Amino acid sequence: MTGRAYPDEAAADFEAPPSSFEDQEGRQIDLAVATGADYEDLVEMYQAFDPEDRAQGVPPVRDEAIRDWIETLLSDECVNVVARDGAVVVGHATLVPDTPPTEDDGGDYELAIFVQHEYQGAGIGTALLKALLGRGQDEDVEKVWLTVERWNEPALALYRSVGFVTANAETFEMEMAIRLH
Amino acid sequence: MYVLVGVDGTDASLTALEQALERAREAGDDLTVAVLVDADAAGDSLASTVRSTVDDSSVDASVTDVNGTPASSLVELADREGYDRLVIAGGRRSPLGKINLDSFTEFVLLNATTSVTLIR
Repeated sequence: MTGRAYPDEAAADFEAPPSSFEDQEGRQIDLAVATGADYEDLVEMYQAFDPEDRAQGVPPVRDEAIRDWIETLLSDECVNVVARDGAVVVGHATLVPDTPPTEDDGGDYELAIFVQHEYQGAGIGTALLKALLGRGQDEDVEKVWLTVERWNEPALALYRSVGFVTANAETFEMEMAIRLH
Repeated sequence: MYVLVGVDGTDASLTALEQALERAREAGDDLTVAVLVDADAAGDSLASTVRSTVDDSSVDASVTDVNGTPASSLVELADREGYDRLVIAGGRRSPLGKINLDSFTEFVLLNATTSVTLIR
């Protein structure tokens, strides 16, 4: 990707997980940093994921591809936060390094967020996104970018609400970016 | 089927070439490989990579160099020569696995009157 423009100013501080809140449907949702121990619960979430909510080929569909993909995301250099309703993972957000951090530069990370269909529209995406960015700030992540389909208004509104700006409008998918430090 | 595959030297485009050769072997396609010369920063190396890939495949495909802006030159060749199908790579994967269509793919999809196959 070329020509990506990050905002000059860093975003506000976001609160890192763990935290809990009541969503707009009255469900108690717990946010926590994901570790290897969350692997099977994440596999379960993506096995049940509504195909209609897939974007740009992720999450994968086949079981083996789902497992490979989650293994990659849970590696040490990535940042992951999950949202749970009781024991069940209902949302997941991740930062994957594009260019790794150096001494002078916190590196570029690609962001993605997924919420189970029946948990969408209840404020979980916003809370999960803020928690991920908070964890990213704690981990000294400096720059975060994402791509989103131009017609996906709910996603565009969500990203704008936490401070993402358009970083490259000349690409097929909209590219957005935020600076964390 | 009269098939044109466009190769710009990216890994994905070389995968598209392999798959087009594989299909040509099975289906008996009349295959032409367009080497998008201007997309190849390394100069002649792409053309020789393509030629040796074709030779190794034992498919009787022709290889042609295409100069000029890669996307528009490829589309023009496909439409002008009356190919049945234009084959190109189907986008790049981002670090976390999302498919992104670059401007090359977008131009070909929107401007070709030949049917386009994207290879994943």
